[in-house]
Amino acid sequence: MDWSAVPGYVRDNAYLGIVPALIGLVISVPLGIACVRWRWLYPPVLSVTSMLYAVPSLALFIVLIPYTGLTDTTVIIPLALFSLCVLVPNVVDGLRSVPDPVRQAATAMGFGTLRRLVRVELPVAVPIVIAGLRVAVVSSISLASIGQLIGVYSLGYLIVDGYQRDFLEEILVGGGLIIALALVCDLVLVLIRRLLTPWQPRRSKRELLPVVVTAPAQARELSRSAG
Amino acid sequence: MSFFSYAWDWIKQPQQWHGAESIPVRIVEQLGYTALALLLAAVIAIPLGILIGHSGRGGLAVVNVANAWRAIPTLGLLVLLAITLKNFTVAWLVPLVVLGIPPILVNAYEGVAGVDPELKDAARGMGMTPWQQIRKVEVPAATPLIVLGLRTGAIFVVATATIAAYIGLGGLGRYIIDGLATNNYGEVAGGALFVVLLALAVQLVFIGVRRLLVPAGLRKQARAS
Repeated sequence: MDWSAVPGYVRDNAYLGIVPALIGLVISVPLGIACVRWRWLYPPVLSVTSMLYAVPSLALFIVLIPYTGLTDTTVIIPLALFSLCVLVPNVVDGLRSVPDPVRQAATAMGFGTLRRLVRVELPVAVPIVIAGLRVAVVSSISLASIGQLIGVYSLGYLIVDGYQRDFLEEILVGGGLIIALALVCDLVLVLIRRLLTPWQPRRSKRELLPVVVTAPAQARELSRSAG
Repeated sequence: MSFFSYAWDWIKQPQQWHGAESIPVRIVEQLGYTALALLLAAVIAIPLGILIGHSGRGGLAVVNVANAWRAIPTLGLLVLLAITLKNFTVAWLVPLVVLGIPPILVNAYEGVAGVDPELKDAARGMGMTPWQQIRKVEVPAATPLIVLGLRTGAIFVVATATIAAYIGLGGLGRYIIDGLATNNYGEVAGGALFVVLLALAVQLVFIGVRRLLVPAGLRKQARAS
C-alpha cells in the first residue's frame, strides 16, 4: 500500500479529534461554573447535553452540510457538542470536589470570588476535568473517521478505500492508527495533568485510567431531578 | 435552502411512503436491528456486570475494557468484519453487540459495586443467601445505573446501525448512504432527520423505563437527598 499519504491522514485525524475537545472545554468550563453557582441550571443543561449525545454523529454531520458545507467545521461542531456530555459533568464534579475548609481558608486569606475560583477551585478541579477531557479526545478521534463518509478526510480514508478495494491490510492500518493516535493523545493528557498538579501523589498504574469512566455522577443528578 | 426544506421536499413525495423501501419499513428495520442487538448485549453484559460487582473481583478489567472501547473506530470494525466474514448477517450484528456491551457492563458493575456497604451488611445480617442478596438488595439498588447503561448502550447501537448501511444493512442509514452515493441531498437529509427523531424517541423510551423500573423506595430517597 501507499504510505506517503498516511502522515497527512494522521494529522487530519488528530486535528479533527483534538479541536472539538478543546472547543468543548472552552464552553464547558464557564457552563460548569454557572451550573455550580446556580444549581437549578444543572439538570436542564444535563438533559440537553445527553440528548445531543444520543444523536448519531453521521446524522448530525448531514444536518450541518447546508450551512457549513463539506468542510472540517461540519465534523468539528457535532464532536464538540458530544464532548459537552462528558466535560460539563466533570467540570461540575471537579468544582464540587473542592473541600469546604479549603474554600473557607481561601476566603479567610482575603480571596474574592473570582480570585478564589481561578487560584483555588479550578486548580483543585483539574484532575477530574482532565479525566473528562481524555474521554472526549479519545471518542472524538475515533468518531472523526466517520466524517470520511461525507468526504472529510481523516484516517477513515484508509478504512473506506480499503473496503472499496477489498484490501484488508489498508483497513487494519487505518483502524490501528486511529487506536494508536487515541492512546498517544490520552498519554499526553496524563502528562499534562501531572505537570499541572504537581501536588498530587504519583500513585499506582490506576493513575493511567480516567478517574471518571462512566457517568454515575450524571445518573445521580438525573435521578435527583427526574425523581 | 435549509436542512429542513431539503428533508421536507423529499419526505413529502408519495413514493417514500409505499413499498419495500419506504420510510415506515426502514424505521421498523432500524428498530428491529437496534432491539435485537441491545437485547443480546444486555443478556451478556448485565449478568456479567452484576456478578463482577457482587464478587468485587475483576472490576479493574471492566473499567479498562470500557476505556479502550471508546477508541475503537466504529466504521473500521464494521468494514473489517464485512470483508473478513463475507456473511452480512453476522458482519453487522457482531459490531452492534460488541459496541453496545461496554456501557451496559460498566454501569451494571458500578451500580452493584457501589451499593451502600451498610445495606449489604444488613442483607447478610438478615441471613440472606448470596443469591437473595443480589436479587432482593443489590440489583434493585443498582437499577438506576443499569437502566442508564442500557440507555447509553442504545445510543451506540442506534449510531452503529446507521453507519452499518455502509456495509449493506437496511434501516434508515440506507437513505443516507444511498443518497450520498447518488448526490441526492434531499434523500440524505430526509434519512438523517428520521435518524435524529428515532434516536431521540429511543432516549425518551428509556427515561420512561427508568421511571417504571426504579424501586419506589429509591425514588423517595433520591428526592430527599
